[in-house]
Amino acid sequence: MNTSNVSKVVMLLALATSYVAIAAEGGVSDSDRIAQYREMISDGNPADFDEMAGEELWKKPGGPKNASLEKCDLGKGSGVVKGAYAEMPRYFKDTDRVQDLESRLMTCMNTLQGIPEEEIAAKPFSTEQKNSDISTLATYVVGQSKGIKMAVSVKHPKEKEAYEIGKRIFNYRAGPYDFSCSTCHATSGVRIRMQDLPNLNVAKDAQAAYTSWPAYRVSQGLTRSFEWRLNDCFRQQRFPEPKFASEATIALTMYSAVNANGAEYAGPGLKR
Amino acid sequence: MILMERRNALKAGGSFGLLALFGAFGLLKSGIALADWNKPAFTSKTMDDALAAMGAMSPENNSVFIHLTVPEIAENGAIVPVTVVSSLPKVEQISIFVDKNPNVMAANFIFPEGTEYMVTTRVKMGQTANVVALVKADGKFYRTAKEVKVTAGGCGG
Amino acid sequence: MGNPMKIRAAVKDGVTEVKILMQHEMETGLRKDADGNLVPACFITEVKAQHNGRTVLEAQFGQSVSKNPYLVFRFKGGVAGDKITISWVDNKGDTRSDETAISA
Repeated sequence: MNTSNVSKVVMLLALATSYVAIAAEGGVSDSDRIAQYREMISDGNPADFDEMAGEELWKKPGGPKNASLEKCDLGKGSGVVKGAYAEMPRYFKDTDRVQDLESRLMTCMNTLQGIPEEEIAAKPFSTEQKNSDISTLATYVVGQSKGIKMAVSVKHPKEKEAYEIGKRIFNYRAGPYDFSCSTCHATSGVRIRMQDLPNLNVAKDAQAAYTSWPAYRVSQGLTRSFEWRLNDCFRQQRFPEPKFASEATIALTMYSAVNANGAEYAGPGLKR
Repeated sequence: MILMERRNALKAGGSFGLLALFGAFGLLKSGIALADWNKPAFTSKTMDDALAAMGAMSPENNSVFIHLTVPEIAENGAIVPVTVVSSLPKVEQISIFVDKNPNVMAANFIFPEGTEYMVTTRVKMGQTANVVALVKADGKFYRTAKEVKVTAGGCGG
Repeated sequence: MGNPMKIRAAVKDGVTEVKILMQHEMETGLRKDADGNLVPACFITEVKAQHNGRTVLEAQFGQSVSKNPYLVFRFKGGVAGDKITISWVDNKGDTRSDETAISA
């Protein structure tokens, strides 16, 4: 780096510092202004439409067996949707493994409706052209946990194991940039452009982040599932994208969900 | 297009097919035809042209009787919440503009008697610009404006 | 026929507040698709709100109204159970009409 570049950097740093100082003096920071914006758009979430469409899908007979999903057991008994998401991921006896919402929906679509799992996994996320059934169903299910406290169990050995694996993945550095989830999400007070990055090791941040997904993303005009969100983090870390409903995805979801325990689930969210 | 057809239909007393169509979506049920969509205003590229098309050549600046609420920063220009409340008497209409959008006029609201003089909606903004509220009350026009900064996003949230 | 909208209407102290979320792409006609072709303009041009058949708000939209338009307004009167009807028409002639009952 030559002298002129160094002086440029110094100047930029000085500018950045004075900008922050000015913002602090006025008592209103850009983070406050963004919080104000988010509050102003919180009513009238287009994800409501996905909830409506998801409920219809849930109740409509479909698949080779022409059955609905109304008998699907999401962990609280056959057909119980209310509050189910606030306790997921969880261990399921019939499959003898820990499943997140999407993975469990896939099991139900397969066993009740007879749709092959590969077929479901082939369109896991909505696109501008076409909504993904499993993603729309997930939006409906999470909406039925709105206002319910997150209470994800780690009592079963397999639940505990998934949590521990998720924790390791969160801190696992790899890829061309030697990134981990924790590279961006284990420090307080940092941001990318205008967005504050949550420190997911702090309960308050972890709770706010987890309980606002799935969310309608304004920039994409689509409602995005939690698995989609995790995949986007992996993409930004330059990791290969995990398989839909993979063990790694479920484990990382388990880690995130347990860290959100105690907070009221608030989704589906609405994000920039 | 459809409005044109409807006007013609009304003039001509209406053909069966068109009336059936209108009946189906109920717009004419009340017997009150909608005011015309103001094409010159909605296709104006500048504030001056849009105001002229609205018949509001030199509206009085007034931020006391028009309360315009917009965010200081919009995290995404695709959704910018706008609320306009007017404490002027006899408000007939409230219009919302974005002065740097390709088509500056976003929306126009017409207030029958008994409806409160407030409206909330959301507009798109291509860049940092002024949101302008125009109020027509008792035949006179008033305006006020506020700047909204549109930011580029970071990551997921 | 357009997709259903979501309408909420509640009366409090003699004033009814109506919140509407419409499902519509609100294409500006200025956006290009993945192949670089302009996506034709498609947006709601007019909205009408009625309380028991009487018009309580008329709106005209241009291309700058956000995708899935959101609208809040209030009118004097209205009692629980009264009918609120919202209708829209877009520039291509597509329409949608939905109704709800005012809640207390």
